[in-house]
Amino acid sequence: MAIYKSGVIFADVDTFDKNCWHIDKYIARGGYEALKQILNNKITSDVIISELKMSGLRGRGGAGFPTGLKWSFMPRAMDGQKYIVCNSDEGEPGTFKDKDILEFNPHSLIEGMIIAGYTIGASVGYNYIHGEIFEIYEQFEEALREAIEAGFLGNNILGSGFSFNLYAHHGYGAYICGEETALIESMEGKKGQPRFKPPFPASFGLYGKPTTINNTESLASVPFIIKDTGKSFLEKGTPNSGGTKLFSISGHINRPGNYEIPLGTPFRELLALAGGMKNNKKMKAVIPGGSSAPVLPADIMMDCNMDYDSIAKAGSMLGSGAVIVINEDVCMVKALERLAWFYHEESCGQCTPCREGTGWMYDIIHRIENKMGKIEDLELLDSIGNQMAGRTICALADAAVFPVRSFIKHFKDEFVHHIEHKECKVNHKWC
Amino acid sequence: MLSKESLQKIDIELAKYPKEQSRSAIMAALRIAQTEKGWLSNELIEYVASYINIPPVQALEVATFYGMYNLKQYGKYKLSVCTNLPCALSGAVDAADYLKKTLGVNFGETTADGKYTLMEGECMGACGDAPVILVNNHKMCGYMTPDAIDKKLAELQ
Ligand SMILES: Cc1cc2nc3c(=O)[nH]c(=O)nc-3n(C[C@H](O)[C@H](O)[C@H](O)COP(=O)(O)O)c2cc1C
Ligand code: SF4
Ligand code: FES
Repeated sequence: MAIYKSGVIFADVDTFDKNCWHIDKYIARGGYEALKQILNNKITSDVIISELKMSGLRGRGGAGFPTGLKWSFMPRAMDGQKYIVCNSDEGEPGTFKDKDILEFNPHSLIEGMIIAGYTIGASVGYNYIHGEIFEIYEQFEEALREAIEAGFLGNNILGSGFSFNLYAHHGYGAYICGEETALIESMEGKKGQPRFKPPFPASFGLYGKPTTINNTESLASVPFIIKDTGKSFLEKGTPNSGGTKLFSISGHINRPGNYEIPLGTPFRELLALAGGMKNNKKMKAVIPGGSSAPVLPADIMMDCNMDYDSIAKAGSMLGSGAVIVINEDVCMVKALERLAWFYHEESCGQCTPCREGTGWMYDIIHRIENKMGKIEDLELLDSIGNQMAGRTICALADAAVFPVRSFIKHFKDEFVHHIEHKECKVNHKWC
Repeated sequence: MLSKESLQKIDIELAKYPKEQSRSAIMAALRIAQTEKGWLSNELIEYVASYINIPPVQALEVATFYGMYNLKQYGKYKLSVCTNLPCALSGAVDAADYLKKTLGVNFGETTADGKYTLMEGECMGACGDAPVILVNNHKMCGYMTPDAIDKKLAELQ
């Protein structure tokens, strides 16, 4: 289920209409107006980039890097092939927003990518789509055909002299390909193993060419910013967190789903939109930004607003905007064991601290959960974390350490109880 | 080794990339080959590699790295259940247990009649519809409570 409120991507989308994703419906909602404005009035890249900077749009893929600034890094004037790549590889546990954009409003992304191509001087774009959503990949290919037929993609778009081709690339089951340089390797037909940075994709990206990579939601927000101005986007959110954002909320709430709300909205309001706690259970904890973000105890979370600064101040991060709500019945050792397994499975294996560290972490948490833990294990976990964080090629190792550290920090009593009494502190029920 | 339709599909994929970058089409080509044959034998991997004009070892590397390629023959229906935390909080562990009990197999095993293989999946980006089961990689089924699982199994004959 999905409810969208006052957003920019889903504002007028009737997600109950099976046909809402088609181009005629998108055009009826004002779609492709931004592109026409740009091409008809020959708006320059500089103007588009300054509008984006004005909007305060920050990358929605997790890192929150300002999109306008990223686009300005591209060597636009340089001759030769450049690429715009969209990251629809969404695989961060708890995150399922890009899937909804692709399913219900794919043309907002297509239009955003064409505008991005125009701005950075790229004539070719690719959208890398998560492996497990094959039906949505096929539908996206159909949306691309619609855009070609309507003259928005291909050569000499709307007689402007600007040409742009866009293709979909389908992943096949590797979380690490969400990391931008792993994604590029994967697109090149290799194992999805992250590259050393620098060089950054803006100078050495796909096939070694300058490449801009953005998340689906970032790119799908662009048409609104051009059509309604960066200022009006900014004003929907807070000064350092412009615009609205999609939050995927899952776990023990009554209405899991995506909610597109202004950044800065109090968490309490998001919780209310999602129908509150299921079975009126007490909330124990919330992971506010996808599985890689540190967990926060309920009382801290209840005072947070859903924006980058508020969540950071509370000791976590907004990440991809995936909010995982956990009630009082869940054993936090069991919960952490799930996450630790994921990172162990998904490590690409090229850095020793990550490859070995994620495995050790899982083994230790697993043995605590299985009544074989020792009290020294908690310190051991911490010291393994020290060996991993910041010592690897990509941020997956850090992403694996955050949950471990934060679970033990905030719920140490449950871990100690498990070790000392060989049982869960709570009468564990998943749901 | 592959049907005309499959080869046409691979050609469409090849056309997405610059001519000298045919390697980019390997992921799609292997998926298309697997969809036709059910799994990727070494011969099939080699065949696909030569069709898109890359060394076989490069194709093998991809086939072994990405989790959704079948490197051996599975049951007629491969059922992947996501049991990661967000899904677990919405009943996925229970759904997985129910499947294990009903089918009489553990993760990674195939039923004696060769009909179903049960796999543990990772986040499928559909946590809002949990529990989710992915059937043969390409068909996503959400809200898989025990009742819904019974119905689904009856459909998948
Ligand atoms: C392990 C790992 C996984 C990631 N997964 C994703 C993902 O699924 N989707 C995504 O957009 N970004 C993901 N990122 C972030 C990307 O590397 C990149 O920052 C992002 O796509 C840039 O787009 P944005 O600036 O629009 O956010 C991941 C990063 C890491 C380290
Ligand atoms: S940190 Fe882990 S996932 Fe990232 S490159 Fe190193 S081994 Fe691979
Ligand atoms: S955690 Fe199961 S689909 Fe995301």
